[in-house]
Amino acid sequence: MQIIRALFFTLIIISQGNLAKETLNVNYSSNIEPIAINVMHEWILTIESADGYPVTNADVAVEGGMPEHNHGLPTQPKVTKNLGNGRYLLQGVRFHMSGFWEMKVTIRVEGYEHVVIFPLEL
Amino acid sequence: MWFLFINLEHPPVWSDNELKAIQSLSLAELKPPPPDPTNLVANSAQAARFGHKLFFDEQLSITGTIACASCHIPTQNFRDLLPKAIAIGEAERRTPSITGGAYSPWQYWDGRKDSQWSQALAPLERPLEHGGNRTFYARYVLDKYKDEYELIFGLGPDLSDIDRFPVHAGPLENLDWNSAWQKMTLQDRDSINRIFVNIGKAIAAYERLILPEPTRFDEYAEALLSGEEITDYSYDEVEGLRLFIGRANCIDCHNGPLLTNNEFHNTGILSSGGEIPDKGRVQGIRELLAEPFNCFSKYSDAPDSCTELSFVRTGPELIGAFKTPSLRTLKPPFMHKGQLATLKDVLKHYNEAPASMIGHNEAKPLNLTLHELTQLERFLMTLETSQASESKWLKAP
Repeated sequence: MQIIRALFFTLIIISQGNLAKETLNVNYSSNIEPIAINVMHEWILTIESADGYPVTNADVAVEGGMPEHNHGLPTQPKVTKNLGNGRYLLQGVRFHMSGFWEMKVTIRVEGYEHVVIFPLEL
Repeated sequence: MWFLFINLEHPPVWSDNELKAIQSLSLAELKPPPPDPTNLVANSAQAARFGHKLFFDEQLSITGTIACASCHIPTQNFRDLLPKAIAIGEAERRTPSITGGAYSPWQYWDGRKDSQWSQALAPLERPLEHGGNRTFYARYVLDKYKDEYELIFGLGPDLSDIDRFPVHAGPLENLDWNSAWQKMTLQDRDSINRIFVNIGKAIAAYERLILPEPTRFDEYAEALLSGEEITDYSYDEVEGLRLFIGRANCIDCHNGPLLTNNEFHNTGILSSGGEIPDKGRVQGIRELLAEPFNCFSKYSDAPDSCTELSFVRTGPELIGAFKTPSLRTLKPPFMHKGQLATLKDVLKHYNEAPASMIGHNEAKPLNLTLHELTQLERFLMTLETSQASESKWLKAP
């Protein structure tokens, strides 16, 4: 019941728009470590509210690119599965160059949009 | 001045990052080719031997004069020395090498095919290349190579009824052949497609074995990384390598032991004389998704495991973008239509990074000196090799 209450609480905050002003905690883990270039792999994105509750009903989109090169990823990664407990499976990640990358994660939840950018040096 | 010359005698100093970059390019780092689950016979020795014969067979063309090996010349690192391939007629682009092709998720300069077997089928039907049609090839292979074919792929259908299986029928441009194809039942067309696809899968089993051989650069990298004495790499070659992995940015795209990322980049190459600019990868993706023999198709042996095709991406930066070629098959002329005749021309082009005719040139001007460009050229020449793979695969069987 604790979990359900926690979720309910989170959703109320979102519906009131407070989360839109807050910072979400978003983390990723990769199934290959360290991340190598030219290898197709997967990430798990973990999304929590600022006070640590999992955000379980988000709509997540990811795009990436190299700002210094003015080009994107060679692939179009997609969230293919909501793993529950605020975890989302992101498949189709592949980098094709070493250097500075940015991964932009757009999280839409209850009508609000949050954007997180992960810098990556490969 | 004397101290300058003495300095050159000393071994070059490499930073840790430079050593890592050199190691990443070394052929010793090359792992075995990734599996191709879409081709169940990809790793079959029998299929490779059969594919070897097909690759060199000139009868696998409508004129009886063109084999795969006619343009993918084994002693020229499986390519030719022409700006555009010439088979029955002149094709639109340069012959890409098939060396190391098993490592690439994409085939052709625009990546319009996503497997070696699917790629091997296209030239057979193109009027300017082998010029034939599906029933013609199915009939020929089941006739001439019946035992080998059936040992690998099982019993082939009986094609003796020419009303059901016309001598010449296929789904492409030739109106007579197309009309004959349309009159065939869906089931009979499927039977022919299966044989046709198996021809491609056997050829691909052979092509997977075509791998690059070590070059002078690899010998240098190996000696450098193991701390051995190095005598056979000049000062200019060393400094060219330093530029390649450093200020010249070549390693951005020409990375890994095959010196390619197998992806697509617009680098502002001019269109071939008198032609409108080639759309490159954006058009390649359209064709790939509509392709009847792609990974998702029923002729793929693993239509549920198409990781690359499932996540393929298009975007404005892929307008006029072409696949990074491996530098292990370096031979003039260069670029997708042989637009640049010499290595000097190539280096001058990247040094200036002109605006693209279509799309956007990803590269930025390098502003290297003429001397530095010469050093880069000297280094690139240490990647030259005319040989690929074991010699038994290079000769006609």
